Amino acid sequence: MRKLVEQALVKQNNKSNVPAQDKKSIKHESAVRQVSGSARYVDDIPEPANILYAAVGVSAVASGQITDLNLNAVKNSAGVVDVITAQDAPGHIDIAPVFDGDPVLADGEIKFHGQPVFAVLADTAMNARRAALCGEINVKQSKPVLTIKAAHHAESFVRPPHQMVLGDADSALQKSAYTSQGSLTIGGQEHVYLEGQVSLAVPEEEDRIMIYTSSQHPSEVQKLVAEVLGIKLHKVIVSMRRMGGGFGGKETQAAQWACIAALLAARHKRAVKLRLPRQLDMITTGKRHPFENNYSIGFDLSGKIKAAKLTINGNCGHSPDLSDAIVDRAMFHADNCYSLGESEIVGHRLKTHCVSHTAFRGFGGPQGMIMAEAMLDRIARQTQQDPLTVRKNNLYSAENGTTTPYGMQVEHNPSAEIIAQLEQTSDYWQRREAITVFNQQSPIIKKGLALTPVKFGISFTAKHLNQAGALVHIYTDGSIQVNHGGTEMGQGLHTKVAQIAAHEFGVDVEHIEVTATSTDKVPNTSPTAASSGTDLNGKAVQNACLTIKQRLSEFYAQDVGGKADDVIFTGNQIHCGDQQIGFVELIQSAYFARVSLSSSGFYKTPKIHYNRETGQGRPFFYFAYGAAVSEVKIDTLTGEYQVSRVDILHDVGVSLNPAIDIGQIEGAFIQGMGWLTSEELVWDEAGKLTSNNMATYKIPAIGDTPAIFNVNLFDRANPEDTIYHSKAVGEPPFMLAISVWCAIKDAIASLRDYNVDPQLNTPATPERVLNAIQLLKGDCL
Amino acid sequence: MICFYLNDELITLSHTRADLTVLNFLRENKALVGTKEGCASGDCGACTVVVAELNKSNGDLYYRTVNSCITFMSALQGKQLITVEHLTSSSEPGNHLHPVQQALVDHNASQCGFCTPGFVMSMFGLYHNTQSVARQDVLTALSGNLCRCTGYRPIIDATLHACNQTRQDKFIQNRTHTIERLQALVEEPNDLNQNLHMPTSRAELAQAIQQNPRAQLVAGSTDLALEYTQQLKPLDTLISVSQMESLRRVEVSETALILGAASPLNDIQPVILEFFPELGEVIERFASLPIRNQATLGGNIANASPIGDMPPVCLALTAMVNLDNGTDVRQIRLDQFFTDYRKTAMRADEWIDAVILPLPEDNSRLLRAYKISKRLEDDISAVCAVFNLTLEEGKVVALGTGFGGVAATPMTCPALEEIMVGQVWSNRDCVSLGQTALRNAFSPIDDVRASATYREDVLANLWHRFWLETNSASQTIETRVISHA
Repeated sequence: MRKLVEQALVKQNNKSNVPAQDKKSIKHESAVRQVSGSARYVDDIPEPANILYAAVGVSAVASGQITDLNLNAVKNSAGVVDVITAQDAPGHIDIAPVFDGDPVLADGEIKFHGQPVFAVLADTAMNARRAALCGEINVKQSKPVLTIKAAHHAESFVRPPHQMVLGDADSALQKSAYTSQGSLTIGGQEHVYLEGQVSLAVPEEEDRIMIYTSSQHPSEVQKLVAEVLGIKLHKVIVSMRRMGGGFGGKETQAAQWACIAALLAARHKRAVKLRLPRQLDMITTGKRHPFENNYSIGFDLSGKIKAAKLTINGNCGHSPDLSDAIVDRAMFHADNCYSLGESEIVGHRLKTHCVSHTAFRGFGGPQGMIMAEAMLDRIARQTQQDPLTVRKNNLYSAENGTTTPYGMQVEHNPSAEIIAQLEQTSDYWQRREAITVFNQQSPIIKKGLALTPVKFGISFTAKHLNQAGALVHIYTDGSIQVNHGGTEMGQGLHTKVAQIAAHEFGVDVEHIEVTATSTDKVPNTSPTAASSGTDLNGKAVQNACLTIKQRLSEFYAQDVGGKADDVIFTGNQIHCGDQQIGFVELIQSAYFARVSLSSSGFYKTPKIHYNRETGQGRPFFYFAYGAAVSEVKIDTLTGEYQVSRVDILHDVGVSLNPAIDIGQIEGAFIQGMGWLTSEELVWDEAGKLTSNNMATYKIPAIGDTPAIFNVNLFDRANPEDTIYHSKAVGEPPFMLAISVWCAIKDAIASLRDYNVDPQLNTPATPERVLNAIQLLKGDCL
Repeated sequence: MICFYLNDELITLSHTRADLTVLNFLRENKALVGTKEGCASGDCGACTVVVAELNKSNGDLYYRTVNSCITFMSALQGKQLITVEHLTSSSEPGNHLHPVQQALVDHNASQCGFCTPGFVMSMFGLYHNTQSVARQDVLTALSGNLCRCTGYRPIIDATLHACNQTRQDKFIQNRTHTIERLQALVEEPNDLNQNLHMPTSRAELAQAIQQNPRAQLVAGSTDLALEYTQQLKPLDTLISVSQMESLRRVEVSETALILGAASPLNDIQPVILEFFPELGEVIERFASLPIRNQATLGGNIANASPIGDMPPVCLALTAMVNLDNGTDVRQIRLDQFFTDYRKTAMRADEWIDAVILPLPEDNSRLLRAYKISKRLEDDISAVCAVFNLTLEEGKVVALGTGFGGVAATPMTCPALEEIMVGQVWSNRDCVSLGQTALRNAFSPIDDVRASATYREDVLANLWHRFWLETNSASQTIETRVISHA
C-alpha cells in the first residue's frame, strides 16, 4: 500500500517523469489478437455439435392485445424444429432488471412496434429468420402513446416523479433582475455496437446450462436465465470474454436473447445460438432516452444565476427498465459545473409505446447536462457577453456556492483551473476575435466557437451496486490468473486490471492473464457500467493481491528472519532488508511450504448515500471533470457543418494508462458528437422505427473526426482514495461533445450579432441547423 | 464453376448457391471467423476483405477492398481472396504482424476490436494501391469502415504511419508468383451451371437471359445482395456479368466518353474526373470506397433508384445509354430511360451496354454537383442536384440539370432549363427566377432522411449556391464547409 501512494506522489511532483508514463501506456491486452482476427467473439466460438439457431418474430403494431397467434406457417417453414411463446417458459416470463414490465416474449399485450412475440428454432440461421417472418399475429389494436406530450396528457408514467430542491426557487425567480424560459427537445441514440446482440446456450448435465453472451452484466443474465427456466442460480454459468462494443446497450438488453436461447436449448437439449441481424437489433433493443426538458432561470445583470427551475422529461418507452436511475442522473447533472442558486429540479419518467429505453454512456447525464449549457448560452446572449465569460462566472466556487441541488458538496473542484488552462492552450480569445472578423466578411459560411466544461458524478446511484469481487490465482510457474466481475467491451478494463495486479506483485504485465468474466469465478457482480469498471474491480483485484502478498511476505520474512512489513515486491523480485529472491522462486517455495496462492478480493465504495425521500445526499464518491473547445463551420444555405478543431483537457486523476484514457476520451467525444449531430432516430406515426439500419442511422464516419484534435490529460491525483488515485473515464468525456452543439449555435447566433440564442433541438442535423437559421432570419424581418 | 484462391488455397466451387455471400462462405464453410458481420448491408465495413486481381491494362495486381457481406461468390472468379488471417506471416500469434496491423497496435487504435479486421483490410488495400499517402487518402480509403469506440484519430495516425514506410510484405515478395497463378486461373474452364451463369460474350449473355427469364443480372451486387441479406429473399438463379470484358470498356472519342456499364465506379473515376473535374466531390462521396470498388455505373442507372447519385450527374450531362439484346444496340436519352419508381425503358431481353457522356465543346461550361446528406461520407443523398450551364458572352445558352431525392425517379427540370436560356447570368434575378422554377417543379416527400420542406428549401438554396459560385463577382465568397480538391 505504502509504495502505491508513493508512486502517485512521485508522478504528481515530477511531471517530467516521461519514461514512467510511457511504461504505463501498455497496449490493449487483446490488441494483437484483434488486428490479426483471432480475438474471439461469441459468434466466433466453434459451434458445438448439433447446434440449432433461433430467431424472433415481432409485432407489426405498437399497442394492443394479441387476440390470435397463428404460427402454423412458421412451424411448416423449411428446417423449423420448434416455435415458442411466452407461455412456454417454465419459470418467470418477466425478465425486467429492477421493476417488472419486460416479458421475455410478448405476454398477451403488445407494448411496442417490433416487440418479439415468438421465437423459432431451426437448422440454420437463415431458415429460422425466414420462418420468423411467417407468423400471423392478430392484435386488437389500441391507440399508441408515442410522444412525451401524449404521455403527459395521458398521465402515463413508468415510475413516479422525483424532485430535488435547494432553497426557494419560486421566490428567488421572482426576485431576480432578469429571467428567461426555454425548452429543448433532445434526441435519443442507438448504441450501434459493431457486434450485435448474440447468445449461445449450451445445455449440460440434467438441468445445468452454460451461456456465452455479449453482455455487460453476466450476473443478471445468470439470474434471469435461471428464473425463466425455473431453476436455481447455481445451475447456470455465464461466461463473457469480450464484447464488440457495449456502451450501455448490453447492460440489460443482452439478457432477453440469452433467455430465449436458454429456453430453446433446455427444451431440446441442444446448443442454441441466437444472433440478431442488425435491423432487428436496432428495432428490438432500447436506446438512449429522448428527453424534452424546460427551464426557468433568474439571473442578475452580470449574468450570475440566482434561481433555476427545471423540468426533466424522459421518454422511457414501455417499461421502467433502468429509467428511474437514468432520469435521476439527468437531474443530478442539470447543474453541470454551475451553481444554480436556489433551484428546483423535477424529473418525470414518461411511459410510451416505444421500445424500453435503456442505459447508454452517460446514463441520462448528457440529457441533463445539456440543459445547463442551454441556460448558460441563453444568459450570455441576453446579457451580451461571451458565453465563456458567463460560464466562468457561474462555476461552483466559494463565492457562488458549493452545494448542488441535491445537497452534495462540490469539493476539490478543478473546473476553473481546467478552463483557464484550456482557454490558454486553445487560444480561445484570439480565435474568438478571428472568427468574429471572419463572420463579418463571410455571408454564407459562418464559424462558431464554444468552450463547455463537464462535471460528472462517479458511482452507481443504486448504492448496492457499488461493490465488486475478484479472484486471483498464482500458479507454480509464477504465472498469475486474474478474474474479476467487470466485463471487457473495448474500454481496456482488463488491461488496466492486469497492470494493477502486475504492479502489486512487482512483476511484468506479461505474467498476468485476465480471463473471461464468469459467474462461477466471481459471483453476484454488478454490471460494468457507470464508468465504474476500474474503480470497483481494480480495487477488488488489488484487495485479492494484497491478501496473497501478505501471506508471501510473512512466509519470506520468516524464511530470511526479517519483518513481513519490510517485504517489497518490485522488478520481478521480492526484497526483505538486504535479502532478495526471484518471484517465481518464491512462489515455488511458498507452494512447497503449503502457502495458499489464491485469494478472492472484495471492494465497496465508501462515503456514498442518497435519500430519495428528501432528494438529498452524497450519491457520488467524487466527480470527474473536463472541458472542450470546439470550432465549427456552418453553411447557412444548406445547414451542413464541419467540426474543424477540438481541444480537450480532461481529468482522469493519476492515469493508470494514458493511451487507453486518451482513447476513451476521443472515442466518447466523437460518440457524443454523433448523438448531437448526425444520429437521428426516426419513428413514424404508427410507432415504427424507420431509422432501423446503418443506411438510415448515421454514426460518425472517419471524415467526421476533426482535422485538429488535441486531447490532454489534466494532471492531478484524485484526492479520494480510488485505485492509485485515478478517476473513472468511460462516460464523462461523452459530454464534452456538448461544445459542438454550442459551437453550432454560436455560428448561427452570429447571424443576429450574437444577441439571440438560437433554438436548436438535437440531433442538430443539417435540416435542424437550417431550420434554426431560418427561424432566426425570420425573426429579423 | 468458380475458381479462385482463398489466401493460398485453390478453391473450385461447382455446386454452390448463387446467393452465397463471401462472408458466409468464409465464416460458415471455411471457419475463417476473423472477418465479421456488422450489418450485412455494406454500411459498416466490419466484413471488409481484399480481392487481388490482375489489372488487364498494366499486368500488375490490383488490391480491391470489398464488403464481403454483400458480395456473391461469383465475384471471385479468377481472383485471390485475401482475409485478415492471411496477413500475419506466421501462424504464431503476436509474431510478424503485417505493417498495417503493427501500426494499429502501436497507435492503440483498437478498442473493442470488432471493426478492426475490416480496418486492417482497408489499410492493406491502401498500403498496396497508393504511394505516399496523405490524410485525405486515408479518409477516402477508410470511408466505408465504421468504428464506434476510438473516434478514428489513432486509426488515421496508424494508417499514415504504415502507408508511408518503405513497403515490404510477403505479397510484394510473391507478386510474380501470384500473377502467374491468377493468369493460370483465368484459363480455367468456365462451364455454366444451373443457378449461376457467368457469360463472357454478348451472345452468351443474351442466351442466358433468354433461357433464364426470371434470373436477375448481377454486376457489383451492392444493391441486389440486400434482397438476400436484408429481405431474406432467395436468389436462386443469377447471371453475373463479371466476366464480360466488353462491359468494362472505357473509350474516349472526339465527342463523348463511352463507359462500359459494368465498370466499377472507382475504376472509371479517373477518366470521369479528367473530363469533368467538378464531379470529384459527388463521386468521392458516393457510398464508400469498398462499395465504389464493386458498384457499377450501369447498375446505379439500371436500378433506377430515385436516390442514386450517378443518375442526376448523367442527366445533367445529357447522357445516353446503349441498350443491348445481343443482336441490336439501341441508344436512348437517359431522361427517357427512367419511366416510374424503379422502372425503366429497358426491355426484358436487354441490358445496359454502356453510358455515353457527351464531352463539353469548349470551357464555357459551368458544372457543379451537390450532394446533401446527414453525414458527409457513406450516406445516401437527401438531395442531389447537378447543374451544367453553358454561357455565351455572359448569357445562358443551355442548362442541363439532374436531381435525386426530389421525386419517384431521378429527374431533370425542363422548366428551369427553359426559363434560364437567354438570361444574363450575372443578373441577380437569375437566383429567384431559378428558385421559383425549382419550387414549382418538384413535390418531394418526407422520409427518414429529410422532410419535404427541407428538400424544397435546400434545392432552392443550392441553386443560389450555384449562382454564387459561377459568377465572377461572388466567386470569392466561401460557400462550402468542406473544400474538395
